[in-house]
Amino acid sequence: MAMDKTPLIEVKNLRKFFPIKKGLLRRTIGHVRAVDGVNFSINPGETLGLVGESGCGKTTVGRVVLRLIEPSDGAIEVSGRDITTLGRAELRPMRRQMQIVFQDPFSSLNPRIRAGDIVGEPLKVHGVGDKKERQERVAQLFARVGLRPAQMNNYPHQFSGGQRQRISIARALALDPGFIVADEPVSALDVSIQAQVINLLMDLQRDSNLAYLFISHNLAVVEHISHRVAVMYLGRIVEYADKASLFARPQHPYTEALLAAVPLPDPELQRTKVRVDGDVPSPIRPPPGCHFHPRCRYAEARCKVEAPVLKEIAPGHQVACHLR
Amino acid sequence: MSTPSPAAGATREGPITPGLLSDIFYLMRRYPLGVAGAIIMSGFVFAAVFATWVAPLDPFTTNARASLAKPGGVYLMGADMMGRDVLSRLIHGARISLAVALGATLIGSGLGAAIGLACGYLGGWFDLIVQRITEVMQALPLLVMALVITASLGPSLQNTIIAIAIPLIPTVSRVIRSNVLSLREMPYVEAAKATGMSEWRIAIIHVLPNTLAPLIVLATAQLGSTILTEASLSFLGLGVPEPYPSWGRMLSESAAEYVRTAPWLVIYPGLVISLVVFGSNLLGDALRDALDPRQRD
Repeated sequence: MAMDKTPLIEVKNLRKFFPIKKGLLRRTIGHVRAVDGVNFSINPGETLGLVGESGCGKTTVGRVVLRLIEPSDGAIEVSGRDITTLGRAELRPMRRQMQIVFQDPFSSLNPRIRAGDIVGEPLKVHGVGDKKERQERVAQLFARVGLRPAQMNNYPHQFSGGQRQRISIARALALDPGFIVADEPVSALDVSIQAQVINLLMDLQRDSNLAYLFISHNLAVVEHISHRVAVMYLGRIVEYADKASLFARPQHPYTEALLAAVPLPDPELQRTKVRVDGDVPSPIRPPPGCHFHPRCRYAEARCKVEAPVLKEIAPGHQVACHLR
Repeated sequence: MSTPSPAAGATREGPITPGLLSDIFYLMRRYPLGVAGAIIMSGFVFAAVFATWVAPLDPFTTNARASLAKPGGVYLMGADMMGRDVLSRLIHGARISLAVALGATLIGSGLGAAIGLACGYLGGWFDLIVQRITEVMQALPLLVMALVITASLGPSLQNTIIAIAIPLIPTVSRVIRSNVLSLREMPYVEAAKATGMSEWRIAIIHVLPNTLAPLIVLATAQLGSTILTEASLSFLGLGVPEPYPSWGRMLSESAAEYVRTAPWLVIYPGLVISLVVFGSNLLGDALRDALDPRQRD
């Protein structure tokens, strides 16, 4: 991928191991290798879709990139500046540039705080404007995400799931960030509402040149919103490509299986069945070699010993598989 | 509960009515039982504050001829062995009993909530050490610990309050801590972190208010037990010293000896204690609901 500009977000060799502690002295007896050497970059105004099944570490990636969870290793560069080494005070101004929208619209809003105050909170934290200016800004944000400014005085329980997600988005937008981690922002919503929220996110991207890390397990949604897609399996990215290329010519056996699992809206259409048997192995003791080999129908001898690295097999298309 | 409307009246919507007074009227209609609790509690507070004027007789004056006088006539609720008026002693006793009950509950719950919040939110070594101390405290019965504290501090109203408050801390802090442990993982806490809010502010703004419900329930439940603990302490000579009347001591002193011969010495203090516990529970339940925006529709 030829880059003529510095990416907004560049993640290099990111790792997050959660220690497993046991006993009275809380000795570490092992690690959950949630994120195990992940690389990607996101340009301004671009959406990177991050897909994978539950437990593959995609949510952890989103949290670590914002340093809501401390990384174990690796670098996170925001506009070329590594934020992993920053202290609390230095990190604070950086936080204005990156925000998050969560999956569950119910637990992501404090039930005891009025919607307007929730959206205005980031402004207050960063001391933006006086009370009246903040109030006006919040009203603007409400209008921007499709809520009535008159609803600012309501409490979260007075909104529907879709409206709550709009409040979350307004809160994320409050400080005019360049980058938003969207952690399954529509998975908890009705399908009709999903489309509205996706369209809102895309409109906002177009208007403000926002970059998204869009985490999802829903490939149809990812295909719709993303420019590029990274497929994760057990803590590693196994395929990383432009959207069109990935959906047209999936290279990794896992991606192949994921795409084959997407239900087609036309019942007449028959597709070759690619099944993946078994479960995701434990990230505490991942299988040696390629993490996917126990479930891969093409697996060879060397897949069991040697871990494949991401290599470019076509312009803008990287895959981690020995067979490609 | 009512925060002033920040912008013009146009931004108002929903069930929130402007003004503190109409808020109060709304809440009164919504929680009639809470109003009953508030009336009971304010009745007792009134009696305590204006005891000197409210009480028909002097609570300390003894009268040998009125010893164990039956209720009726001058002695509306009878007289005790020394001929002192039970009603007047109950009214004056409200001062001590309410001071002990409210003081100990407030101090115990307040400190317990603060410790629980700190333990749950900070975790780590601080939590580990505090929890072990808490376990040691919980291993001792409440009364024994209160006894040790008053014995070392000496009997007085103030020391009684302290002695009863300290044993309350472990229970409250445990409940609040466990609540905080789950609250600090809520996405709205993460969202606040993502904005760069300080941990301290997150704990105060996002975590503490959401522990209010169990805290109020616990505090109102403890109110009654503090009155009884004070009674036991006084009975053992370590509470508020004689001749100051306290409900608990009036009850415990006469329970064994006079329950058959002069039951009014047991019934009236018991009734008053029950009424306070009842009133505080009604008020607490209504407060818990009224302070929760989810209940206000």
